[in-house]
Amino acid sequence: MALKFRKFKDRFSSLWIKIALFFVVLLPVVITLSLLYKSSVVLETNGLKELLFSSVWRPLAGQFGFWPFIVSSLWVTILGLLITAPICMFSAIFLTQYGSARLLRFMQPVIDILAGIPSVIYGVWGILIIVPMVGRYLAPLFGIESTGFSILAGGLVLSVMLIPFILNILIEVFKTVPVELSEASLSLGATKWQTIKFVVVRKSFAGITSAFGLGLSRAFGETIAVLMVVGNVVGVPKGIFDPGYPLPALIANNYGEMLSIPMYDSALMFAALILLVVVMFFNFLSRVVIIRLEKKV
Amino acid sequence: MWRKIEEKAFYYLMVISTVSLGFFLLLIVATIVYRGLPYLSWEMISQTPKGGYYFGREGGILNAIIGSLYLSSGAVIIALVISLPVSLAMNIHLKRRKKLVNGLRFILDLLWGIPSIVYGAFGFTLMIYLGIKASLLAGIITVAFFILPIMIRSMDEVMKNVPLSLIESAFALGSTRTEVAFKVMVRQTFPGIITAVLLAFGRGIGDVAAVLFTTGYTDNIPTSLMQQTATLPLAVFFQLGSPIPEVQNRAYAAALILTIIILVVSISTRYFGKRFRKTLIK
Repeated sequence: MALKFRKFKDRFSSLWIKIALFFVVLLPVVITLSLLYKSSVVLETNGLKELLFSSVWRPLAGQFGFWPFIVSSLWVTILGLLITAPICMFSAIFLTQYGSARLLRFMQPVIDILAGIPSVIYGVWGILIIVPMVGRYLAPLFGIESTGFSILAGGLVLSVMLIPFILNILIEVFKTVPVELSEASLSLGATKWQTIKFVVVRKSFAGITSAFGLGLSRAFGETIAVLMVVGNVVGVPKGIFDPGYPLPALIANNYGEMLSIPMYDSALMFAALILLVVVMFFNFLSRVVIIRLEKKV
Repeated sequence: MWRKIEEKAFYYLMVISTVSLGFFLLLIVATIVYRGLPYLSWEMISQTPKGGYYFGREGGILNAIIGSLYLSSGAVIIALVISLPVSLAMNIHLKRRKKLVNGLRFILDLLWGIPSIVYGAFGFTLMIYLGIKASLLAGIITVAFFILPIMIRSMDEVMKNVPLSLIESAFALGSTRTEVAFKVMVRQTFPGIITAVLLAFGRGIGDVAAVLFTTGYTDNIPTSLMQQTATLPLAVFFQLGSPIPEVQNRAYAAALILTIIILVVSISTRYFGKRFRKTLIK
């Protein structure tokens, strides 16, 4: 009796596990297919090439050119990565190569809390600090009038948001570099910095690239914080002090009107599909590199 | 000579970068506290918006606080029902099938990388397909999708490190796989499970993009799953968009409340992680 009941429990939980596993494996497929299905309407009428490279955005006339949004997204993402890259690299090297284990233990909560702050808080902070800073000080420095709501503000807010994300991966990457390697370099008379430059960074180059690849895909999809500071004006931005309108912001801002204009919902789902494809692509590459790296260790 | 200068210059750059991490955290928290604290009152956290609230009259954001807690708790419960068996299976049932487990981890990492706005869009299409209106339920389902990979992967990371000998000795004593899973694995990794749950809870409560399409917005506290609900991040976002200064100030206060919740969750994550470690078999 008891054994029977135990076996029954085992069979029941096996079934539960199978259903859950099936669900998880199916989820990415269902997400992709449903977005593809939804955007098929606008794809059929406008064609892929025009959707991606036209800059005519007239939803009421059924013309959807995503070029301005794609360019804005690229600008903000690349700017954010460029600003965050040196900070992440330097602090990751410092925490793993120079600092003691105690320093890392002390800094880990700081990084974790930074990672946990919701993006809407980063957005509020951006409006209060970054936007006035860009509008009042940085733009006049270059002799440009700007409200502060600009690509640059988006990039700056994004760069702070990316720090904990990229830094955590970089720390893991630098930890995989064998100590013997740097010790060999030091014993040959190289200085600490030379060792880092020629041994540690070179050895973990693949890992560094994939850390920034993951950061890129994270930045590309970031919605609310960027939306709040970037200005949201439709048009191809010409400089970093111009307002921009990245893809996630487009989706988030227009969900209300989505169902009242024909094909608009389909166009917005296409925007989500672009996001998904770009993010998956970079994630895929970076993860493959990281897995290769872990196998070597 | 140059070598020494380079050495020193980069050393100081590294110190500055590391210090700047703490500086950014302090700056963000200080900004929110400085702008939010003067407007934070008992009224804000104990009342729902009254008539004319959005023109600066009395009321609070209790609806959003409760809504957020409902939403995130509901999502965590649903996600737990799916993520616990998956992570257990990956580390007990499929332990010997390395390739399959690594494939699963790869899929989960990809899922983790999908931006929340895409989950939001997907949730919206699913909602229309199933014929559900914007509601607490739709929001809970969308957020559950979004936090699912986070939960599975964090639990998996802890379960991965449970020594194989412990599991095998349980099997040797005649336990079924289910018993090994719940009586050995879950107990052994309990701190990790709590951490994963809190981490996912924090993610769920702070996210806007996933719930923007699916929960709607209302001034009432939801009494059923089919009603619309307000959430804290959305309350911050909407009130900040208002041209009236008093409403904007309340957005800062709401942002402060959200920050406090997140900090509490973050600190208790660390506390629980340490606290339950005592009962583990080493």
